[in-house]
Amino acid sequence: MKWSLIIELSKALMFARLKQTGVAAVGVMFSITMFVALLGFMNGLNAMLDGLVLNRTPHIRFYNEIKPNPNQPVDESPEFSGSLNFIRSIKPSTSRLAIHNAEKIIQTLESDPRVLGVSPKISSQVFFNVGTIDLTGVVNGIDVEKEAQLFSFTDYVTSGNYEDLNQTNTILLGKGLADRMLADIGDVIQVTTAQGNQVQLKVVGYYQSGLGDFDNANSFASITTSQKLLGESPSYITDIQVKLYDLDQAPPMARELEQIFEIDADDIQTVNAQFETGTNIRTLISYAVGITLLVVSGFGIYNILNMMIYEKLDTIAILKAIGFNSTDVNRIFITIALSIGVIGGGIGLILGFLTCLGIDQIPFETEALPTIKTFPIDYNPKYYLIGGSFSLITTYFAGFFPARKASGVDPVDIIRGK
Amino acid sequence: MSEKEKSVLRAEGIDKFFFSPNKNQVLKQVSFNINRGEFVSVVGKSGCGKSTLLYILSTMDTDYQGKLHLDEELISGKPHDYLAKVRNQKIGFVFQFHYLLNEFSVLENIMIPGLKLGKVSRDELEHRAMEKLKIFEMEEHALKKANQLSGGQKQRVAIARALINDPLVIMGDEPTGNLDKKNSDIVFNKFKELAQEFKQTMLIVTHDPEFAAGTDRIIEMEDGRVIRH
Repeated sequence: MKWSLIIELSKALMFARLKQTGVAAVGVMFSITMFVALLGFMNGLNAMLDGLVLNRTPHIRFYNEIKPNPNQPVDESPEFSGSLNFIRSIKPSTSRLAIHNAEKIIQTLESDPRVLGVSPKISSQVFFNVGTIDLTGVVNGIDVEKEAQLFSFTDYVTSGNYEDLNQTNTILLGKGLADRMLADIGDVIQVTTAQGNQVQLKVVGYYQSGLGDFDNANSFASITTSQKLLGESPSYITDIQVKLYDLDQAPPMARELEQIFEIDADDIQTVNAQFETGTNIRTLISYAVGITLLVVSGFGIYNILNMMIYEKLDTIAILKAIGFNSTDVNRIFITIALSIGVIGGGIGLILGFLTCLGIDQIPFETEALPTIKTFPIDYNPKYYLIGGSFSLITTYFAGFFPARKASGVDPVDIIRGK
Repeated sequence: MSEKEKSVLRAEGIDKFFFSPNKNQVLKQVSFNINRGEFVSVVGKSGCGKSTLLYILSTMDTDYQGKLHLDEELISGKPHDYLAKVRNQKIGFVFQFHYLLNEFSVLENIMIPGLKLGKVSRDELEHRAMEKLKIFEMEEHALKKANQLSGGQKQRVAIARALINDPLVIMGDEPTGNLDKKNSDIVFNKFKELAQEFKQTMLIVTHDPEFAAGTDRIIEMEDGRVIRH
């Protein structure tokens, strides 16, 4: 059986009921448009909200935790090995915050094929001296280039030039902190470290992460500035931040490397488990809504095809009488259903894309999200692919039962009934 | 056996029952034979089973007992898809109600069974369809939609459509039953012409005695039985 004839017949039947066919196609179109726009918007928001924290969070962070030594002398002593030892008032040992042999660890990590990049960090508690008042805060000593490259550092620098941070004795203040200190770019502020060193630093820019608490206390300086601030040697590093190619490998790698380097390691999943849960549920809801829309439009197609079959019983009977078999009739109605799906779905995808472009233009400015000027949209082709396939699948099933009914029409019943 | 005597359609002991509302035998041991080139009419009172017989002969109704041979091939009990192919290739239909497809032009209506058969190219088929239309003096209406024609014109187009695949036999179910005298005469004359000029085998169910009188042979039915053939 030639498809060209089937298509010709389907086309004729559709054109004979152009309005109904159009309504069915508009139904599919509308649901696909909404599906694509909804998922694009929802996932754009998801990506943005997750990015707020996840972009800046290293996949694995190595550091020395200040904690009591788990191996107390009394336990090591053979004399008390068989007894249950109670020790009161244990204090953390004077272990260093600095990571021992940091340079070697960084080199090893950088040569690991799973690792995208490594960035060292020094975090130090300081007081910002404003007149007679001291504000507590944190100076994060960072490798500026690597931080920009791995953790989208530049996205959050709202004013000033982050590269100026490479000069010694410069600082990039959190927006909240700068506002409290009334520090403009170019001003010099005074910082006192926990050890009592006083250093004067020049403000080169503001940093705004969107998390108010963070911006009220944090500031950034280069690694060298930080080391100078603390009066430490150039090998002093307190944190090593690692970004991996595959985020899912973080927990096992953290456990593995913890053993090898004999330091503490946190992985992103453990630290930020709640983010993934939120994302998954939001995605699930948007898929559910989108698919519901499609199913509803599927019922619309089902109805319209059923009506068409009742109206066209004569045509079906005559086609069968002149030699079309059940399969041909079935194919004709499936072709009609799929054409509605392809046309409606195709236009829907285009309109969905345009809707996304439209939403992308709507201003969305909040204090908390300095980098976002308009609503975020995810243009991932995956959603278009899913939307397209679903439009075909639902229209196929919407056409399946009416087509089966049509193919089962007994021409004798119809002709005799006249 | 000469070409003339070759059997086109042979029914052997066909029984047909209707089960609703009650079991009711509508055809009783119907047997007859139609040879090539014969112009046969089936007559009988309303309800004598002549239409039912035609649907069985046309292969559309497969729910019967007995044997049916078309072109000397037993076609009883063949699968539906095969029967559809047989109908397409070997049988032409003309119904009481025109049964043209309103969505298509006259020319396309005639071409559809040919396109389905797919033996010749579309251009060739279009040429043939025009030839058939010329037989019926309908060529100037070729591009009109089917529903723009009058009843008699529609019926002439339906006969042209029945002819497109050069069928072995044309079957008609009261083809003039729905027409006025004038159109009825035109259609009858066309059948006559087909029989005489083209030696077309035809089996026409009718209750019009005038029509029947003009055919080569009359099969008369009464109460589900053939009483004369």
